[in-house]
Amino acid sequence: MHDFDYEAPVDLDTALRFFAERNGSARVLAGGTDLIDQIRLGRYAPDLLVDIKKLPELNVLECQEGGLRLGAAVPCSEIYRNETVVSGYEALVDSCRIIGGIQVQNRASVGGNLCNSGPAADSPPSLIVLGARCVIASAQGQREVPAEEFCTGPGENVLQQDEVLIEIRFSSRPPRSGSHYRRFTPRNEMDIAVVGVGASVTLDETGERFVDARIALGAVAPTPLFAREASESLTGQPVNDETIARAAELAQQAARPIDDMRGTKEFRIHVTGVLTRRVLAAAIGRARGEEEGTRIGH
Amino acid sequence: MASTSYKVIGTRPIRHDGTDKVTGRAQFGADIQLSGMLFGAILRSPHAHARIKSIDISQAESYPGVHAVVTGTDLPEQQQKVAHLGEGDVNLYHLSQNVLARQKVLYKGHAVAAVAADDIHIAQEATQLINVEYEVLPPVLDVLEAMQDEAPVLNDDVRTDSMAGEESKDPTNVAKHYFYEKGNIEKGFEAAHVVIEREYRTSTVHQGYIEPHNATALWNQDGQITIWTSTQGSFMVRQQMADLLKLPESRIKVVPMEIGGGFGGKISVYLQPVAALLSKKSGRPVKLVMDRASVFEATGPTPGSYIRVKMGADREGKLTAAEAYVAFEAGGFPGSPVVCACMCIFACYDVPHGRINGYDVCVNKPRSNAYRAPGSTHAAFAAESVVDEICERLEMDPVEFRLKNAAQEGTRRVDGVQFARIGMKETVEAIRDSEHWKSSLEGKYRGRGIASGFWFNVGLKSSVTAMLAADGTVSLLEGSTDIGGTRASLSMQLAETLGIAAEDIKPAVVDTDSVGYNDVTGGSRVTFSTGIAVHNAGLEMRRQLIERVANIWEVKVEDVQYEDGKVRGPGGKEFTFRELAAKIHATGEPITVKGTSGSENQAGAFGTHCVDVEVDPETGKVDVLRYTIAQDCGTAIHPAYVEGQMQGGAAQGIGWALNEEYVYDEHGAMRNATFLDYRIPTCCDLPMMDTIIVEVPDPQHPFGVRGVGEVPIAPPPAALVAAIYQAVGVRMRELPASPPRLLHQILQR
Amino acid sequence: MAKKRIVTTTINGKETQFLCQPRQTLLEILRDDLALTGSKEGCSNGNCGACTVLCNGKAVNSCLILAVEAEGAEIETIEGVAPVDGLDSLQDAFLQQAALQCGICTPGFIMSAKALLQEQPDPSEEDIRFNLAGNLCRCTGYDKIVRAVQDAAAARQQV
Repeated sequence: MHDFDYEAPVDLDTALRFFAERNGSARVLAGGTDLIDQIRLGRYAPDLLVDIKKLPELNVLECQEGGLRLGAAVPCSEIYRNETVVSGYEALVDSCRIIGGIQVQNRASVGGNLCNSGPAADSPPSLIVLGARCVIASAQGQREVPAEEFCTGPGENVLQQDEVLIEIRFSSRPPRSGSHYRRFTPRNEMDIAVVGVGASVTLDETGERFVDARIALGAVAPTPLFAREASESLTGQPVNDETIARAAELAQQAARPIDDMRGTKEFRIHVTGVLTRRVLAAAIGRARGEEEGTRIGH
Repeated sequence: MASTSYKVIGTRPIRHDGTDKVTGRAQFGADIQLSGMLFGAILRSPHAHARIKSIDISQAESYPGVHAVVTGTDLPEQQQKVAHLGEGDVNLYHLSQNVLARQKVLYKGHAVAAVAADDIHIAQEATQLINVEYEVLPPVLDVLEAMQDEAPVLNDDVRTDSMAGEESKDPTNVAKHYFYEKGNIEKGFEAAHVVIEREYRTSTVHQGYIEPHNATALWNQDGQITIWTSTQGSFMVRQQMADLLKLPESRIKVVPMEIGGGFGGKISVYLQPVAALLSKKSGRPVKLVMDRASVFEATGPTPGSYIRVKMGADREGKLTAAEAYVAFEAGGFPGSPVVCACMCIFACYDVPHGRINGYDVCVNKPRSNAYRAPGSTHAAFAAESVVDEICERLEMDPVEFRLKNAAQEGTRRVDGVQFARIGMKETVEAIRDSEHWKSSLEGKYRGRGIASGFWFNVGLKSSVTAMLAADGTVSLLEGSTDIGGTRASLSMQLAETLGIAAEDIKPAVVDTDSVGYNDVTGGSRVTFSTGIAVHNAGLEMRRQLIERVANIWEVKVEDVQYEDGKVRGPGGKEFTFRELAAKIHATGEPITVKGTSGSENQAGAFGTHCVDVEVDPETGKVDVLRYTIAQDCGTAIHPAYVEGQMQGGAAQGIGWALNEEYVYDEHGAMRNATFLDYRIPTCCDLPMMDTIIVEVPDPQHPFGVRGVGEVPIAPPPAALVAAIYQAVGVRMRELPASPPRLLHQILQR
Repeated sequence: MAKKRIVTTTINGKETQFLCQPRQTLLEILRDDLALTGSKEGCSNGNCGACTVLCNGKAVNSCLILAVEAEGAEIETIEGVAPVDGLDSLQDAFLQQAALQCGICTPGFIMSAKALLQEQPDPSEEDIRFNLAGNLCRCTGYDKIVRAVQDAAAARQQV
């Protein structure tokens, strides 16, 4: 493995200084479940790894009136182990439960999953549909970027060399909202999304009409995708098979997949439609407070 | 002898090596630590097909921390010579080239050079300093394309070795043409009411053992070489090492470490000779361990294939004729198990007229190797799928069809072999009578399929030594490496023979200097053949005990009976085994016996599987809902491990059927050389696996054992595609029936 | 080469110090420096679970943790599972159920199952399968492994 140095600062300023001084030769080490393998494979050759797990700002997990605050280093399993904190953000929990096996979930963070910026990553669609904002810090100060604008290409994102993602913020959930993330994988676990779909819906008092909806797609484009037209097509519409089918069709149109070892273009476009329907149905069920039956891998 | 009369056989004792394996103390190949040990790394070809123009190792040699660098020229040159490795033969000229490439690289991952250094990181860095100049050549990756005249030719020395008589003067990729015929095939098809002919494709798949290949070598200053490695055959490693290094076998000792799965893939040598060369050059012990990508790219997966099967049956559902064309991707060098596929493809049935053509074809993929019932799974997928279509056409129950056509004692296979007592029919009856088959399958998009499969099971040679201790226990030295519980199954056979408890046997798998010759742990042979050796050792120990006690009692040998772990003599004289053992040292020489086997051949074994699936018609995803395996095991020595073999084999077959495959890009690079994208089943992908042990004893074995390891991988793909057809009405003729492929078929319908 | 670090950690209840390069994984140090070879290397990228250890009570892949990250952590490996005078109920159940064939994956399965039973003493079959999905076994088809974990859970409930 490429040779590198290691620092584990306990305050954010020190951490940010490493990045300010290293001209891109430093990388953030959070859970390490992607990064260590990537260094082993030679994809990255950093001179310094800055372990951010000891920074208090990056370990925050709390839900206040303003909404949910999720530190960038919080491991996936901490999120679903604190289900009361994250209740209302079901899609986020769905994602955290299927990123790798338990061993990976105990290390990997949502922040790391986002910063790795894989097109097939399981958390970005959920972050997008939940309207998450990415809080980015550098020695110069902080800025916020909406989740759908964070990734810019496979393995690429808006972070500058001196910047670190420190937190992901979510607004509080409106009443009668529900969300869901689901992916298609050939195996039921330990797999990478061939297609991933997240959706969040808010219904009116009757539960029969969409007030708002957001749909996001994974693994069907160079970046996770906010399906804007599909989402907007549902606003104000009645909840029925036709409006859902129409949204699924628009989601399929938004998909720009490739053929690769994990699936064909034909397959991905078809399954985008299928999953969009299923995910919307599940999100609607949750918005209505209905009981759900879950089955591993489906 | 009915199995109920056994005291030990058929029980489920704790395996002798169990505690070490649940506490982490068992020493697997990579666990070895030696004083002064160096770590090695291999430089592998980035190209699927290229000529090596030059290799410059000077920079790597002078890198700090590096102790040795070797390339193919460090291996002695080989002539064309075939070595027999029990479960297959190997051409030493090709084997040597496969261990370290010389003139050409024939697949991505082909080993080119190796480094030994102070630690693994330095060794890996140094490999990057080796400068190899390649002339890149076009690769050929598909078996049918490789058979074309205009295809790039991999090996200049390969000509078609044909059983059908055709000759090739020019180098070719078609290394071998097998041909078998029985009866009059044309007449057979004329007599048919239904004739079905179909084409099938299967992808390259890997054994997928969790433990990567490893080898640690010490080339000692006295010229003696010791190899610590996990292998299915320590004597095969010794033989290959001796041949490749051109040394007498006596110079080489192989110490078999615990082996973390093999399934046929850990017979051929890869790292062992390289570790030895590095040790010779550095004067230090050297450890080599493959990473997972190398295991996929550079060991011996089982071939992708093209198979065409034509079968005919009369109105009553009796098979009249069967014909097969079978072409296997051997990989970079010849030697695929296509011949086994030819022999297995119609083995389940009594086929009056048959013809089989088989082709062993080189392509730019890793040199293929045995994988659990090598060739039989491909063959069963094709033939059993055609059988399923015939049953559909005849509106005949697939169980009834199989009972009507099942091979039995006296049936002659198309390749000429006549079956001894076999249990094909009994496995079908077991499925017919199972709760699973009798249950109704309800629900949309659900289907049920059955299929049968066959494996020969080999005999070959084994040796053991048994030593009586004064406390009444018996140490058992064996040379058959224990992949899945054979210490237990062998100890139980010795315990049964001696009439003592399984726990009173102390088995040890020892090195090649410490026990007589043993063939490979493969071919489902250890419990059978080493079992016979163990039984012979037990009989000899009994004979010596009787002699001894006759001496003690001063009676004739004929007047002493050995029964149930006791010796009895005239006048009610009696010693238990333990009492007698306590007297051994005081009354004569120690009792140390040997047992060997080698003249016995197994009768072959069959299995029939039944599976229920549910297909998601919108995604092509298949869920296995219920699975039942019926298999003729002769006599189950340790039923729990017999069940385990059946379950594990079926699980591998299910993975092969649904998701496992090597995905290549157009340059011949494997795109999915990880356990993430090469998808072996996880425990979320399988249901509990029900087993029905059918016992039709093999008369060749004193306890009636048949090998159980290999048969269960053969039926699953055919059973699954039959079930998928029932569920959604599409016939999958290409493996794996992965979601994209299956959905494509569903959408085309 | 980057400066070596002294790491202080607790391994199987014992305070342990080791010297490592930052690029060395916890698995590498456990196996090569501390002679704890019960944790196995099957893939080096977190897909097989053979290297599973508990880090502060949670199952992790030791191939994806740098040894320097173990500073101050409590690590438990397969070598620390058995009590002095016998076997843990999970180890016992694996033997009783014949839940291993070659045994290379067994330490990882036992560590994952141990973490599961600490959190969910009475898991359903689906819980077990879900929680063991990060551990690959190629020999058994998982049937007997799942049953062993069920048995161990039952045995623990009785204690």
